Amino acid sequence: MELLIATAVGALTAAGIYMVLRLRTFPVIIGTSLLSYAVNVFLFASGRLALNAPPVLRDGVETYTDPLPQALVLTAIVISFGMTAVVVIIALGSWLSSDDDLVDVPAVSDGDAAEPALPREQRQEAAQ
Amino acid sequence: MSLFIIVLLPFLGALLPGLMIRAGRQVCYTTTMLVTGAAAIGLATHAPAILRGETVTAKLDWLPGLGLNANLFLDPLGFMFAALILGIGLLIVAYARYYLSREDNMGEFYVYLLLFQGAMVGIVLSDNILLLLIFWELTSLSSFLLIGYWKHLPEGRQGARMALAVTGMGGLALIGGMLLLGQIAGSYDLTVILERRGQIQDSPLYLPALLLILLGCFTKSAQFPFHFWLPHAMAAPTPVSAYLHSATMVKAGLFLMARLWPVLSGTPEWTALVAGAGLLTMVLGALIAIFKHDLKALLAFSTVSHLGLITFLLGTGTAFGAMAAVFHILNHASFKAALFMSAGIVDHEAHTRDMRRLGGLRKLMPITFSIALLAGLSMAGIPLLNGFLSKEMMLEEATHTTLFGSPMLVTVAATVGALFSAAYSFRLIAHTYFGPERDDYPSHPHDPGAGMWLPPGLLIIPVVVIGLFPALAEPFVKLVTGAVIGNAAELPDAHLKIWHGLVPALWMSVIAVIGGALLLMAFRPLSKAWEAAPRPEAKAIFDDVIAGSVALSRGLTQRLHDGAFTRYAAIMVVTVVAIGAHAWFTGTAGLPTREMLPMTPIAVVAWAMLIAAAAFLVAAHRNRLAVLILMGIIGLMVSVGFNHFSAPDLALTQISVEVVTIILLLLALNFLPNRTPAESGAPRRIRDGVIALSGGAAAAGLIYTILMSDFPLGTISDYHLANSYKGGGGDNVVNVILVDFRGFDTFGEIIVLGIAALVIYALTETLLSSKVRARLLNRGYETEQAGDAHPLMMVVLTRVMMPVVLMVGVYIFLRGHNEPGGGFVAGLVVAIAVVMQYMASGFAWAARRQRYPYHGIIGAGVLVAGLTGIGSWFAGVPFLTSAFGYFRIPPMQEFELATAMGFDLGVFLAVVGAVMLSLESFSRLARRQDTEDSEYAMDIDPSRGAELVPGRAKEEN
Repeated sequence: MELLIATAVGALTAAGIYMVLRLRTFPVIIGTSLLSYAVNVFLFASGRLALNAPPVLRDGVETYTDPLPQALVLTAIVISFGMTAVVVIIALGSWLSSDDDLVDVPAVSDGDAAEPALPREQRQEAAQ
Repeated sequence: MSLFIIVLLPFLGALLPGLMIRAGRQVCYTTTMLVTGAAAIGLATHAPAILRGETVTAKLDWLPGLGLNANLFLDPLGFMFAALILGIGLLIVAYARYYLSREDNMGEFYVYLLLFQGAMVGIVLSDNILLLLIFWELTSLSSFLLIGYWKHLPEGRQGARMALAVTGMGGLALIGGMLLLGQIAGSYDLTVILERRGQIQDSPLYLPALLLILLGCFTKSAQFPFHFWLPHAMAAPTPVSAYLHSATMVKAGLFLMARLWPVLSGTPEWTALVAGAGLLTMVLGALIAIFKHDLKALLAFSTVSHLGLITFLLGTGTAFGAMAAVFHILNHASFKAALFMSAGIVDHEAHTRDMRRLGGLRKLMPITFSIALLAGLSMAGIPLLNGFLSKEMMLEEATHTTLFGSPMLVTVAATVGALFSAAYSFRLIAHTYFGPERDDYPSHPHDPGAGMWLPPGLLIIPVVVIGLFPALAEPFVKLVTGAVIGNAAELPDAHLKIWHGLVPALWMSVIAVIGGALLLMAFRPLSKAWEAAPRPEAKAIFDDVIAGSVALSRGLTQRLHDGAFTRYAAIMVVTVVAIGAHAWFTGTAGLPTREMLPMTPIAVVAWAMLIAAAAFLVAAHRNRLAVLILMGIIGLMVSVGFNHFSAPDLALTQISVEVVTIILLLLALNFLPNRTPAESGAPRRIRDGVIALSGGAAAAGLIYTILMSDFPLGTISDYHLANSYKGGGGDNVVNVILVDFRGFDTFGEIIVLGIAALVIYALTETLLSSKVRARLLNRGYETEQAGDAHPLMMVVLTRVMMPVVLMVGVYIFLRGHNEPGGGFVAGLVVAIAVVMQYMASGFAWAARRQRYPYHGIIGAGVLVAGLTGIGSWFAGVPFLTSAFGYFRIPPMQEFELATAMGFDLGVFLAVVGAVMLSLESFSRLARRQDTEDSEYAMDIDPSRGAELVPGRAKEEN
């Protein structure tokens, strides 16, 4: 059973990384979501696997699975929804306002990039 | 007055001038005077105790765990410096009142001045070296503001930047040195450190600590080779120069050397470094000063030279040297501040400070002339003035000092330094005030009002009085010297007096004065030779170094951060995998210690579905709708897996989050293209595939190893299992962890979630207020429309389901403490129930029926959770401590009420609000021009008849 979990985490991670490396926003968002699954399962599994031992206290039951990773992962799942939503609105904003959903910033020539990096004052001083 | 108030007064007072300037310059000035005056009076109240030889302390534990305590102490050394800072501060405030012109913002000036004053007083009163470091950095910052006060002058800005760069860099070194010192001594309290001389000097860390501390002191006190920033800081208004460079900023380095003298001095390293650097700075600064034409530049280099002199005296490591240093600090502060102010008067009146354009001012400005003459002769070391006395002591000390194996070296260098010093002092007086009166001054000079000449005039009083009656100053100088040397040495049996007999120092003095006069006579040819000689220009070197490091870091940044985010991601993954692989192959992973659980057929089926979905997703990722469906399968399998492995709470959460995430992505897909274009070629895909597979293999290998071994250090979960019911009153341990054990984390998390939703809302607002709005409203349809966007079946079904789903939500919420469920899941379920209404009847219809704004619900959630936590304060227990009890209201069964429920309610509300606000924001983008705000819940309603269908009716007509 451990082998199944490990390979599932591996598959989700690999798929997530591959999608994150794509050039458009939508697949990158999908990639981060897949990575979230992988990370959540990873964290959950770090409490070791147990069958039929939910951490809900019952009289006469002695063995329970590790509740701590579960609590951590529970909030992580909800937070990752918030994160996905923020990334999606950013991607939408860039697509709607510039018709561009490429992830990479287009390469600029050195001269263009150097100019705005200097504060105005320094440029004036350099010119003097 | 408490020492805390003395230190805090200037800081608090710094708030006032900026406000008071609205009431006029005079009010602003008076306020500043009162603030500084109050601090000075506060200091004066301690004078009797200090003169009795007592030490005043004030202690306050701030962060005792770090050894950082706000401890202050006032001993004679601190008292002398604090008196100089506040006393000369008063004179500077008065002088600046008349110096600053109407165009200068006086309020701003006094704000910076008071901040600086507070920081300086803080340095000299600190009993904790960490506290001292904080004030030290504050002086660097506030002096930056002061030096760059005239923002319109490029020299002012450049000078301020240079001062900040050099002293800030030194400050960083000092932090390192002080931390080392604290480590060696085992305490960060100065009073403790000062008693650990042997322990510190025997430590192998002594040398690194010494070097770092001296780097801080030398940069601050402008010692060679860091002397170059000080002359450039002269671009500041003259009151600033007079304050920073006579009494305060540059003396901070000297103060620290004097303060740490008992524990650091006396070693060969100390003598070589401190005395050597001081001597070199003294000679070099004096030499450069001779040939400066700008009055303030001359004074700046003379300050560098005198700082070198004092550094040299501290560096010799003898008690007599320390006494001479203390005496010269006092004397230098008085005559140098007076000289700076007189130079400012000349500048103010004649509108130039260039000595080549001045001369003959003796008759025109008799008062200023008298002040400058007395102060200048004191600087030159002429008898009957205070500068003579301490210079004699320096020369005396020099004859007894051996440096680098040569006894003559120091004697000769000190005499040459004194000679140069006499030369530039004579030149300052002769070339400004003597000679014929000219008729080409930029402005006709005359003596200013008393407001301007009185402050330097007052400073002349000690110059003359101490010069004539040195015995008056002796008790105080000896008291301060005693504080400097502490237990490390005996107080020297020497007296301050004018006539010591025909000692070598007297002859050296005579040589210096005569030589200085001769040098001045030969000034013209010497100056020509000096101008012709090649000299390294410190500013050019500094600028080159700065430009070089800027170019280097820019080149590096632009190469690494060229905007290719996919490349960053690839680099990050490869780096993490490489580091992990290194750890894996060099470390030792334990052998499996756990038995593998047997595979069940159902698990294998679910696993196969997940793997297949992931594989198909990658293969078909250009079809975005298919991707979403496959994501749904993966999410479902993950949640089934959670359930299978004893995590019912996770399964519930995962499946509800899955629903809202897919809805969210569908909404996004509404705007984005349906297909991802094929762009990357085969090599790129292979490269990405290799990276992805290596990352996946790494993750799989790591988790497999973890799963097959036991906890190496045991688990803390047993505590939670054991105390869940006893302490938290709940059976569902996961829920109790969320609302009780780790309640503070959860509180933070719902706030983060709320902020994320508000960010989405804000970004949507920004989009809708830009040109994007028109485009969104007018965009066409890519595909054929259904014509029945809000179908009857769906509307009816969702309406019927709504109360049922809400009830499920309430049920899940209520059982959460003891059974799987809780605020998070309940919030998601309720959000889904509401979202269904939006989907069925359209955004506009549903939004009109939404009574409470979602922001408010988020806020209410955070408030409820926070108030529940605060409630426990009233019971006298820490934040978020839960209480619970069991109640019975007939005819119901006994039930439990816990304060954790209030907290969980907050979580519930925040989750509902955050999810709904996000989804609502996305839906608002979807409105088109022809979207009609329907009155009705569904488009086709048999009870209304076909003609009442909006949109339809028009078309048919």
